[in-house]
Amino acid sequence: MAALPLRSVPAGGRPSRQLVLDYRDDLRIFPDRWARFGLVVLAFLYIWLPTQEVSDAGLRTLSTIAIVAIGAIGLNLLTGYTGQVSLGHAFFVGVGSYSAAYLGAAQEWPFLLYMPAAILLGVFLGAVIGPFALRLRGHYLVIVTLGLVFLGMHVFRNWTSVTGGNRGTQIRGADMSIGPLDFSGLELFGSTFTREQSMFFLVWALLALAALLAKNLVRSRMGRAMQAVRDRDLSAEIIGVDLARTKVGAFAISSGFAACAGVLSGLQIRFASPDDFDLFLSIEYVAIVIIGGAGTIFGAILGAFFVIGVEEFISHYSRSEWLGPVVRTGPGDSGFFSVGELNAVLFGGFIVVFLLFEPRGLAALWLRAKAWFLTWPFSY
Amino acid sequence: MNALAPVLASVSGTDFIQNLVSGLALGSKYALIALGFVVVFRATGVINFANGAFVLVGAYMTYQFFQTWEINFYLSILLAMAFGFLLGVVLEALVLRRLVGEAPFTVIMVTIGLLFVMDNVVTAVWGATNLDLGDPWTGNVVEVGGVRMSHRDLWAMAFTATVLAAFLAFFRFSSMGLAMRATAADPEAALAQGISARAVYRVAWGIAGLVAALAGLTFATGNANIQPTLGLIALAAFPAMILGGMDSPLGAVIGGIIIGLVQQMTELYAFEYLEWAGRNPQTVAPYVVMIIILLVRPYGLFGTPEVRRV
Repeated sequence: MAALPLRSVPAGGRPSRQLVLDYRDDLRIFPDRWARFGLVVLAFLYIWLPTQEVSDAGLRTLSTIAIVAIGAIGLNLLTGYTGQVSLGHAFFVGVGSYSAAYLGAAQEWPFLLYMPAAILLGVFLGAVIGPFALRLRGHYLVIVTLGLVFLGMHVFRNWTSVTGGNRGTQIRGADMSIGPLDFSGLELFGSTFTREQSMFFLVWALLALAALLAKNLVRSRMGRAMQAVRDRDLSAEIIGVDLARTKVGAFAISSGFAACAGVLSGLQIRFASPDDFDLFLSIEYVAIVIIGGAGTIFGAILGAFFVIGVEEFISHYSRSEWLGPVVRTGPGDSGFFSVGELNAVLFGGFIVVFLLFEPRGLAALWLRAKAWFLTWPFSY
Repeated sequence: MNALAPVLASVSGTDFIQNLVSGLALGSKYALIALGFVVVFRATGVINFANGAFVLVGAYMTYQFFQTWEINFYLSILLAMAFGFLLGVVLEALVLRRLVGEAPFTVIMVTIGLLFVMDNVVTAVWGATNLDLGDPWTGNVVEVGGVRMSHRDLWAMAFTATVLAAFLAFFRFSSMGLAMRATAADPEAALAQGISARAVYRVAWGIAGLVAALAGLTFATGNANIQPTLGLIALAAFPAMILGGMDSPLGAVIGGIIIGLVQQMTELYAFEYLEWAGRNPQTVAPYVVMIIILLVRPYGLFGTPEVRRV
């Protein structure tokens, strides 16, 4: 690295909080005291939210957001950072859910065994299918992964001894303990928590772990290689990036994240059926990545908040006065859309609108606002 | 062929030929959808997922004109095709126009977004239950040498042949077809020659909508065949298009026919020889064939290998 003219902090303190002296400063995950302050706030919310006001139903929604965000971080590593479009994410989420059903509930493996097993299975399947990403550029990969969703649903339907076939399978009694902590009903410091509260603790901790992992991955050698492939794969290859390893690696890692999300959503819903893992789920993940902001980790979390928030909003207000005429809740209702149709129309519409008007998603809005304040009074 | 001999012997000769013909008819329907994909891809380099929705809209609009508004059947087909053309042109003008020059990823995702919007609006307008087109072809059958061919299938094959001939003639002889080929090859050079890229894109999307509406009609005929899942069935034409190599109309037709035959034959032999593959293996057969062919020939059977310059 070329020596920068300024190697140390001048006497009298730093000239500015944002002054970057070193490449390492650029890479810091928590660069300044505001970021560290934010971390403390998040830690406080993590303890405070489930133990105080929020109802079990609210906690369930928050847990769903965290679960979906884990999967979306995975897809973002593939799509946002490596530039490979995949419509097959639903398949890997399904692999995770059925692993929880078969290994966790039916075979009664402990959590610390079937969770890693499911993730490894996802990584393995991703690595098997990944070579298509290599051979097939851009367009072809989208269609092959589209085929993967249909093939996956076919397998889920027909491999009845493992998946329970069309009727789906219950995921009950799966172990959820890490050491002394049993997350199916946490007992800590003399107080007992409900299943929803325990689930909240588990999934948000795992989301923090996943985000940290992804954040560290993208600033490593592998992460830089991924971004080089995204920006221009030919140039990347010329400067010495191994295209094969990078693309397959990104695909495998993203599948691992998806499988992890699948296990958690299986544990949350306690049921898995083939129709849950259809093209719509893949599109939902793509919508999250695009709405949140492709190529940012916290964008995936923002996107999950937005998309799950909209879904909850619609199902909650579907009988209200102003949304009632639009939404049909029962067979006799005269509304125009069913809840599912309205969701699909909105997500399709959001994908189009965001790509047209804000291709970098909600994260870009946040970054722009931040830049405005940081450069004040010289903002433009 | 020796390996197949016992398989073929188990099904009687006429049965086999009957299924061959049905497969051919199904294949020509897929081919029709694939042709719609190809025309957009050739002119604009975009994979148009929204084509699946065009197919759906075409089927339901024919129903709307024919059953609801009681217009003559053949006139209804033409009106539905005209509607498809308009839909394509309008979408191009409103949405795709703004994305010229964007990364393929962006454009593909936008067409997927449009697919979901249109599919679900159609379901909301016409309902989720199957509708009966009540076309005059259903039930009529021609028998040639012991093989029964329904009028619907004959019409589907005739449509595909006509559209293919029209495409080939269009790209070869018309100035618009030439402009399309030029724009696909090098948009800037085409512009310098005075070709309007906007007009080319608009016409390509219009033609895609028109052909898709016709394809929608061929799937809609028969008893209660109009259903919202047509949009997903249309996606099975992707393997057809990939097999043919994305940019070749003739390839799309051959790819479509291969997919149709494979699907029909899988269904025929599923009970006897494909028990391990579960129920209804024919629904996923197109994708399996696609993956196998792509492993052997990454640019499809008739596609142009992509040459990349540094």
